[in-house]
Amino acid sequence: MIDVIDLKKDFQGNHVLNGIDLHIDKGDIVVITGPSGSGKSTFLRCLNCMEDPSGGQIIFNGVDIADMKVDINIHRRHMGMVFQHFNLFNNKTVLQNISLAPIHVRKTDKKEKTSKKKIIEEENARAMKLLERIGLADKANVYPATLSGGQKQRVAIVRALAMNPDVILFDEPTSALDPEMVGEVLDLMKELAQDGMTMVIVTHEMGFAKEVANRVLFIDEGKIKEDEPPEEFFGNPKNPRLKEFLSKVLV
Amino acid sequence: MNNFGAKVDQFTEIVFHQGGINKIVEGLQNTLLIAILGLIIGIIIGTLIATVRVVPKYKLLPRILNGFCSFYVGLFRGTPMVVQLLVFYYVLLPLLEMRMTGVQVSIMVFGLNSGAYISEIMRSGIQSVDVGQMEAGRAVGLSFATTMRMIVIPQAVKNILPTLGNEFIALIKETSVVSFVGASDLYVAFNYIGTNSYEFMVPYLVMAVIYIILVILISTGIRLMERSLRKSDRRN
Ligand SMILES: Nc1ncnc2c1ncn2[C@@H]1O[C@H](COP(=O)(O)OP(=O)(O)O)[C@@H](O)[C@H]1O
Ligand SMILES: [Mg+2]
Repeated sequence: MIDVIDLKKDFQGNHVLNGIDLHIDKGDIVVITGPSGSGKSTFLRCLNCMEDPSGGQIIFNGVDIADMKVDINIHRRHMGMVFQHFNLFNNKTVLQNISLAPIHVRKTDKKEKTSKKKIIEEENARAMKLLERIGLADKANVYPATLSGGQKQRVAIVRALAMNPDVILFDEPTSALDPEMVGEVLDLMKELAQDGMTMVIVTHEMGFAKEVANRVLFIDEGKIKEDEPPEEFFGNPKNPRLKEFLSKVLV
Repeated sequence: MNNFGAKVDQFTEIVFHQGGINKIVEGLQNTLLIAILGLIIGIIIGTLIATVRVVPKYKLLPRILNGFCSFYVGLFRGTPMVVQLLVFYYVLLPLLEMRMTGVQVSIMVFGLNSGAYISEIMRSGIQSVDVGQMEAGRAVGLSFATTMRMIVIPQAVKNILPTLGNEFIALIKETSVVSFVGASDLYVAFNYIGTNSYEFMVPYLVMAVIYIILVILISTGIRLMERSLRKSDRRN
């Protein structure tokens, strides 16, 4: 589904990604770990071209989206993203946060025959279903400022889900949460995994990686240094830097 | 004090029995019209310029537009409003062989002028919105322009509402120079009354009071608007 070929990224001469090759299949749950500043976020943000790669290719559903000539907005609709700091739209209600993009996409689609009013109704109903699924239907009409961190992140996840993406990218989705709220977010992510969603997740939640991932990656110095199933990754790490890293994070 | 009483009598006589009131109403209308329409045009122009200024600049078109906007803003902020009015009315209109009333020219110049100021206000408002808002919009596949319009600018406007209010008040005050191009504003009305009675003390005093009342009303309106906007943040 995604083929990353020799991906490079530098910020004004600061080489952050030094040639990353990665193949992601449909249904893969890829967890990415690595020391702080090693380029994990940069890599994830290059996958949907939130950062423009300096070199290499990202073949997504057969199209090289690193090519500046493609209309990136169309491809991003098939690639959800969940941020560390949630980034819910502050000026929109919880329901609108979820239905806004699907409504906009259908309204501007020339092939769409449904009336605008009907589109809004349908998409709001779909957003409501998603809210019911995460138990936040009663929050549909409040603004995000009134939600807890865990609630915000779960809304952010279903906002990504509402676009029916082929893959969802997560950048440390639980790092900004109070400890007691981490569980509810990880549980929702587990559900998505069970439903067969393809996911790429930067996280330091090693328990989650062991339980849910089918591949765990170690990124260091802008390169993938290890790419193994979790049993091998945690049970028999080969890269010396990974051994050192695991001894610090697994206590 | 007797003297002052006589002056007041003379003033009320002209205002209420010799048509002075009509002049005042016309002046008030023009003052408000110029300030309000000027503000609206200014907000539109200012928002467009501010958007151009925050667009990523690696393509040629945004760079050209950005250069033009810098020039525009520099021009209108670098010259006095009176000069702009006079140049438009006495230089540009004849050169372009166009006919416009003093009020129309004033509305246009006030809009162009406040557009330059509001673009700077709006830019700081846009920059005060967390970049995560733009990223989240782009991540769900909305374009830069759509995310700007639906997500960033509404939040920016909310942040700068008090400053926009001040700009409106500044516009109201600055309308007192539109008589330079023949627009009948409050100053023209009270000047007319003063000239007809050879007595300027009471007319100008009343004019000052009207300006103060206008400013107080606008400030109060903005405070109320801000409060109701804050409430919408916490609605349950
Ligand atoms: N927008 C940016 N501009 C300049 N440097 C950046 C930018 N984003 C990230 N970097 C640099 O790239 C390196 C990797 O950052 P990041 O990908 O955020 O690491 P990680 O997520 O693994 O902690 C850091 O040295 C950081 O300073
Ligand atoms: Mg990071």
